Amino acid sequence: MSEADDSTGDADGSGVQLDMISGERMDQLASMEKIRLILDSVHDGNIVILEEGLDPEEESKLIEVTMTEISPDEFTGIEIETYPGSSKSSGGFFDRLMGRETETKLTVIGPANRLETLHKDETLISALVTRT
Amino acid sequence: MGLFAGLRKSISNLFSSGQQQQRIGIYGPPNAGKTTLANRIARDWTGDAVGPESHIPHETRRARRKEDIEIERNGKSVNIDIVDTPGVATKVDYEEFIEHDMEKDDAVRRSREATEGVAEAMHWLREDVDGVIYVLDSAEDPFTQVNTMLVGIIESQDLPVLIFANKIDLEDASIQRIKNAFPQHETVPLSALEGENMDEVYEKIAEYFG
Repeated sequence: MSEADDSTGDADGSGVQLDMISGERMDQLASMEKIRLILDSVHDGNIVILEEGLDPEEESKLIEVTMTEISPDEFTGIEIETYPGSSKSSGGFFDRLMGRETETKLTVIGPANRLETLHKDETLISALVTRT
Repeated sequence: MGLFAGLRKSISNLFSSGQQQQRIGIYGPPNAGKTTLANRIARDWTGDAVGPESHIPHETRRARRKEDIEIERNGKSVNIDIVDTPGVATKVDYEEFIEHDMEKDDAVRRSREATEGVAEAMHWLREDVDGVIYVLDSAEDPFTQVNTMLVGIIESQDLPVLIFANKIDLEDASIQRIKNAFPQHETVPLSALEGENMDEVYEKIAEYFG
């Protein structure tokens, strides 16, 4: 995120910046704005944590846009993790019928060369973050 | 088949006369055996192949369609186009191809084509397929983020989906691990390379997509 980059960042290589983005902030953004926010931060080498994740269509677009931005020796893509099979839908029958099913899932996204998943199951994501 | 996919199909059948051609996308992570499966299906029913196979990831870098494949099983028949899609990933690093003894220029070109192919596969999934065969390597851990996300995307589109647990001929294969990962969907074990259990594969395709 540009606001955070200006104040902290990782300019001296001494640490890794985490951007934790609330569901409330993401709700105010259009799909492409969310994807831009995430990828701009990841391009800067930051780790993004989304309180409520993305919906499936946004995830699909995130993969698509990520692919268009991969560049040899500069950006190899993203590592993304959410808990699998989290089907805590609060929507009823008519919400599903109208496509209003909601599912929130904590999501961690980072540059593929900095974030490595060590272990993942239904209740735990263990990841290693490196500086370079 | 999910409730809403079934409902949509029933409504569609009400207003259509005769058999409709279904466009079935073959999806999955790189090296799951998607092209081997597409070739097996195409050869069994048309005599032609769809594309080249390789153990190097991202061999398929363009979606390839084989049209007008008529599959008949147990009195049911289905006319499908199969779309063999590039393996989906969230990262592509050309150095991975160098490890497969490629020159740097070739590896960089392959990685560029691979990224375009993944983007194309995602576009097909959102816009252009009527059903999905999701292919997994039975010897690999199915609990990956790409699998979780892709199955979620397919479910959100209300597309009928069959999970194919491929490579059951391998020593480390575990069909149960795949069933546990996606208990909400029917899992069909097979070896596309060896042609194992293809009768059940065709039965399920005729049942789900017919």
